Amino acid sequence: MNATKFFSLRWVTACMLVFFTMFTAASPALASGGGSEEEFSAKDLIFHHILDTHEWHFFDGPYGTLYLPVIVYSQEGGLEVFSSSNFYNDHHEVVPYQGYIYDHGHITHEQYGHVYDFSITKNVAAMFISFALLLFVFLSSARSYKKRGNSPPKGIAAFFEPLILFIRDDIVVPNIGKKDADKFMPYHLTLFFFIWFNNLLGLLPGAANVTGNIAVTVTLAIITLIITHVYAKKPYWSHIFNPPVPMALKPMMIPIEVVGIFTKPFSLTVRLFANITAGHIMILVLLSFAFIFKSVAVGALSAVVATAMNFLELLVAFIQAYVFTLLSSIFIGQAMEEAHH
Amino acid sequence: MELITPGFGLIIWQLLVFIALMFILTKYAWKPILNAVKSREAAIEDALHAADKAREDMKNLQADNAKLIEEARKEREKIVSAAQSAANKVKEDAKAEAQLITDKMIADAQASIEAEKRAALAEVKNQVAEFSVEIAEMVLRKELSSPQAQKELVDSYMADLKTN
Repeated sequence: MNATKFFSLRWVTACMLVFFTMFTAASPALASGGGSEEEFSAKDLIFHHILDTHEWHFFDGPYGTLYLPVIVYSQEGGLEVFSSSNFYNDHHEVVPYQGYIYDHGHITHEQYGHVYDFSITKNVAAMFISFALLLFVFLSSARSYKKRGNSPPKGIAAFFEPLILFIRDDIVVPNIGKKDADKFMPYHLTLFFFIWFNNLLGLLPGAANVTGNIAVTVTLAIITLIITHVYAKKPYWSHIFNPPVPMALKPMMIPIEVVGIFTKPFSLTVRLFANITAGHIMILVLLSFAFIFKSVAVGALSAVVATAMNFLELLVAFIQAYVFTLLSSIFIGQAMEEAHH
Repeated sequence: MELITPGFGLIIWQLLVFIALMFILTKYAWKPILNAVKSREAAIEDALHAADKAREDMKNLQADNAKLIEEARKEREKIVSAAQSAANKVKEDAKAEAQLITDKMIADAQASIEAEKRAALAEVKNQVAEFSVEIAEMVLRKELSSPQAQKELVDSYMADLKTN
């Protein structure tokens, strides 16, 4: 099911891009229309939105941008913390600061070359916001449970309880088993709500694309990978290093099984990243049409379609959180299986 | 291809945020929530079990009641029939005794009637005999008042003696 979703999103995006390229190529008026004005580039717009940056741009103008702190570390320069506004001069041109060079989201140093960048980027800041939101939502839910005892939940807790039960009864218990479900519930709940909340927050105008960033998804996938292998039982390891095939095939099978360890987190990483990013790209492409064609009619139409896409993205936000959690529980559950089937 | 190159700093922050989130939520949200849900589910299950048990008890109680009623009914029937048979027996006995008494009375009466009759008859016989003797005396006195008659009688006796 997920594969179809993934491909269909990619497919639609691809069609959109082809469509959009055909139109730009076919209309010489557009190609030459820019004149002395700065040429509108859908690619720049889109990548500006979906990539991580060191400032949070809400709207153009003097107060539209929140400059976030830059934290860099290098052996030579030590730890340095300063505002990313230092990279811009009064004319909003990128300038070096104390030897640090800022180039499209990458910070290097004139002399030291590579530096470790631990900046509070837009995605990190957005993650902090989701962190605070998650804590607020679930700590207040927990408080309401404490207050109400055995009576049915109310308010925020009543909204989230079906989801929590869904994760327990339809994801964790069937895949990991009733006996160990309690041990793995916190991870799956945190995973599901972290992804879902960030997916949804990413859909807000001006928000960061947290779950559409490969660093975020790869981290989550690696956590699942680690948990899977910490709790893996004997049959899992013997299946990899002593697969049930004739002796002659073992030299071939073992590398395949070892690669299989890493394809699972890789698929998790790419699936979430690609689905969320594709959704963002699609909405941005639709909205870019208005500027490419410089037409109000096209703008009105693409706004309608982009709104519809946004609703679809609300669904995708949930589905991808569900799929990531489901697959994590399946991987963990498979590794924990006692007897071989 | 910045899009598919994971940023090192972001990975570190993501790890920190996610792990912190997981620990805080586990301790202060997931465990209390899951425990509350579990305890509620247990309470509901208990309540359902209790309701089932109560229903079962009720049914048993009703069955017991029915059994008791049935037993009482049987007991009553037994008592009534015993009473009836006792009454019948008493009645029979009374009847039999009455019969006996009646028979005895009748028999006594008959016996006494018989005795009376016999006595009466005996008296009548005695009287008749007395009367007869008196009458015979009177007749004899009258008959044998003449010497002729006395002679004739002696003759007849004599004749009888002779024939004998």
